[in-house]
Amino acid sequence: MKPTDIADPNYFHKVVDCQWACPAHTPVPEYIRLIAEKRYSDAYMINWHSNVFPGILGRTCDRPCEPACRRGRVEEEPVAICRLKRVAADYKSDIKDRIPSVPKKKNGKHIALIGAGPASLAVARDLLPLGYEITLFEKDALSGGAMRTQIPRFRLPSEVLEEELHYILDMGVNCRFGEEITSMKAILKEDYDAIFVGTGAPLGKHLDLPGYDTAKANIHTGIEWLASVAFEHIDKIGKNVIVLGGGNTAMDCCRTSKRLGGKDVTVVVRSGFDEMKASPWEIEDAMNEDIPVVNFHVPKRYVIENGKLAGMEFEKVKKEYDENGRRLLIPTGEDPVIIPCEDVLCAIGQDNSFPWIERDLGIEFDKWELPILDKTTFQSTNEKIFFGGDAALGPDNIITAVAHGHDAALSIHLLCNNEDLAVRPNPLTTLDSQKMGIHQWSYDNDISNDIRYAVPHAEKEQTLNDLNMEVELGFDEELAFNETMRCFNCDVQTVFTDQLCIECDACVDICPTDCITFTENAEEPELRENLLAPAQNLEQDIYVSDVLKTGRIMAKGEDLCLHCGLCAERCPTSAWDMKKYLFNTAKAADACQS
Amino acid sequence: MSYITKPKFQYPGLETNDVGLSRRDYEGTLTTLCGGCGHDSISAAIIQAAAEMSLEPHKVAKISGIGCSSKIPSYFLSKAHGFNSVHGRMPSVATGANIANKDLHYVGISGDGDSASIGLGQFCHIVRRRINMLYIVANNGTYGLTKGQLSATADLGSKTKTGEESLYDNIDMANLAIELGASFVARSFSGDKQQLIPLLQAGLTHKGFAFIDIISPCVTFNNTDSSTHGYKNTWENYIALSQVDFVPMRKEITTKYEAGKEKEITLHDGSVIHLHKTGNNYDPYDKENAQHHINQHKKEGKIATGLLYINQSTSDLHELQDTVDKPFNRLTNHDLCPGSEVLDDINETFS
Repeated sequence: MKPTDIADPNYFHKVVDCQWACPAHTPVPEYIRLIAEKRYSDAYMINWHSNVFPGILGRTCDRPCEPACRRGRVEEEPVAICRLKRVAADYKSDIKDRIPSVPKKKNGKHIALIGAGPASLAVARDLLPLGYEITLFEKDALSGGAMRTQIPRFRLPSEVLEEELHYILDMGVNCRFGEEITSMKAILKEDYDAIFVGTGAPLGKHLDLPGYDTAKANIHTGIEWLASVAFEHIDKIGKNVIVLGGGNTAMDCCRTSKRLGGKDVTVVVRSGFDEMKASPWEIEDAMNEDIPVVNFHVPKRYVIENGKLAGMEFEKVKKEYDENGRRLLIPTGEDPVIIPCEDVLCAIGQDNSFPWIERDLGIEFDKWELPILDKTTFQSTNEKIFFGGDAALGPDNIITAVAHGHDAALSIHLLCNNEDLAVRPNPLTTLDSQKMGIHQWSYDNDISNDIRYAVPHAEKEQTLNDLNMEVELGFDEELAFNETMRCFNCDVQTVFTDQLCIECDACVDICPTDCITFTENAEEPELRENLLAPAQNLEQDIYVSDVLKTGRIMAKGEDLCLHCGLCAERCPTSAWDMKKYLFNTAKAADACQS
Repeated sequence: MSYITKPKFQYPGLETNDVGLSRRDYEGTLTTLCGGCGHDSISAAIIQAAAEMSLEPHKVAKISGIGCSSKIPSYFLSKAHGFNSVHGRMPSVATGANIANKDLHYVGISGDGDSASIGLGQFCHIVRRRINMLYIVANNGTYGLTKGQLSATADLGSKTKTGEESLYDNIDMANLAIELGASFVARSFSGDKQQLIPLLQAGLTHKGFAFIDIISPCVTFNNTDSSTHGYKNTWENYIALSQVDFVPMRKEITTKYEAGKEKEITLHDGSVIHLHKTGNNYDPYDKENAQHHINQHKKEGKIATGLLYINQSTSDLHELQDTVDKPFNRLTNHDLCPGSEVLDDINETFS
């Protein structure tokens, strides 16, 4: 293998698993250390710059960072990264004076953002401090998009939502709320320098089965129903409720039903439990509220009695695989199952919908009716029009929408400066030694062996009777501190200088997870097997040095490194050093500076 | 020294051995030696060797004297028995322990100061008395604990960190051990675990006095380019007289060897040492030949390593003395004081 190029900004970034997995590349270990130091406001601002909505995401994020967490590879559970983010938001002091200032003198460019969800708001946040004038359109009377309409208040309290929306709105956005856009052509006539579409995936899927037409009044689409609850148009539901679907919307629907009068609420899923799309913790929260999840039941018809919905009939199926390894659901042949209900909530997916975009404006769509976009710049085939969030690539999550917003804002800034959108500025990185003394580091390398701390919940008797009472209480400061101590500080990198190495084996002997091997060089597949701890996780790189004095090389598997720094503590020549790698994606403010 | 303890997290693929232990279970406390000290590699090699052999830690006794070397029993097999004795007096304690209980594996750890200077007399006698043990000298050619004076194993002309040159020829511990009747003599280098681990395993299995002289650089006081015990000189000048593989008794032999290219040495318990010849047709059964090779290589500035000498036909102290099989602590009153009838029988033999 060739020596590893650690100058490549992605090499060490990839080692920071959580940050690499985060769509917005939030510097997770850095803010976790700040929380440990009780520097909550500093931790909050790191998040705010990366993901815009720390308080909201600290409660609702899909947490792609957590399955990626290295801790999950050496013990059972990852660090509770998401709920630590909430701690930063909960315990921060007033941070209004840290919000970037917006120049009074504008730069003369005017941008329209359509849909006031996370993607558009991220664009606004990035462009306002650069002097752009921003006009934000929203069909509802209030901003927030899916964060307001799809996430129930018992998971995300109003005050948290409003606070973080207002950090952006108060920067000076022209709000045109309650105004549904029906024509892109009309918007184009308003002569904006760029238009960003962040309208989400607003179309809930129906399930048209026998009996649908008769029972229609009691069959609701999950996302529309949740929005109606959020805007207080709906405040009750039948005693028996069936929720169809196994995603997070289904979990929000069933838990909301339980708070609006549903007594027997059942989630029914076509496929198996382990195939459900909902986050495991959301399924767990629903089950903790005594909501059963019934798997392998395929809906067949709406049961009608006395001209009204009385239940649903399901066919029982089992899982089999065909010769191509495809999963099939085969009827078991058992009698159909009828579950009685007064209402059905259909949370089986959602679609994009752009009936308001005329097809003669140079915006091309693919066969799934999604706009054709450049995946890096988020520019459509009309150079002035950009898409982000669910509107761009189909339904995903808030943190992805925020990441799109950052990228689109950067593209819009480049466009308005007549620069090439494809030339993205480099990420902002630093790599600094953490050495304080012979065996002292500026980070805490003494890792806690504790297992993951659970977030305390409010009493079920109370929360089930109050639609707006937050279920999770969040970590208190002590629990939060203990949880921060579980972080391995994967951003503190083991950096090897081959000219200094005397091949004494001290690092090999001390490494708790046998990451380091001195061996003959070989091609990567062979070298991976030759390591003391064979590097079988191909998603993780191996760090290879140049040839050493004995003709061998140093090869380190990054997969299981605990970043405990013992290799560097034992190294007599400082050939190993622990260096903190800070990585921040370049945003609009970092471009066009020459 | 490091202030933190070694994290308990380990490589999830780490295997457990026949007694249900993983390599990490054979560790001791975190080392307090200087980072880069060869002695730490010796600890690591012993840990690996013991784990691979499925040694039960409570059937091992670690005995040491004084010096950096003599600290290392703390850093491996924390569940084994241990005795940190007086400077140069490890052989006496090892002899006593071995006489009291022949069922344990004895690992004596000493250094060049402990064994070649203050304890040289003790060393000579434990070799001569053929105690069944593995005696390791972690040899760095310097008194590291007292900040780097030349030791008795420093080669003529070798310089300390401060530039002091050795005016005397060195004591070659391996040569001395062969001379005094050790039945297993090897030399190795802390930096070469591939060689060291099988030698340790063979030495632990060998019945009789097994001696391994391990070049173990003192990274702080004797690792200059002009030192013959530093990493640089050792990497450049050590020559393996043979490559050693050790196959424990219980394990099936899976490695294939080219005919005529290797020699098998079967130890008393059925374990096998495989010696791969490296072109010099080295014969480890020949005492004079071994000493000749050691001297010849030394003249050329080279360090002869590997299994230097083995003799499986000698008896150990217990066989020579016809000692009791039971460990002393399990001898009952009746064993020790069998009564007047037995005395009468003995007296009868004199009549």
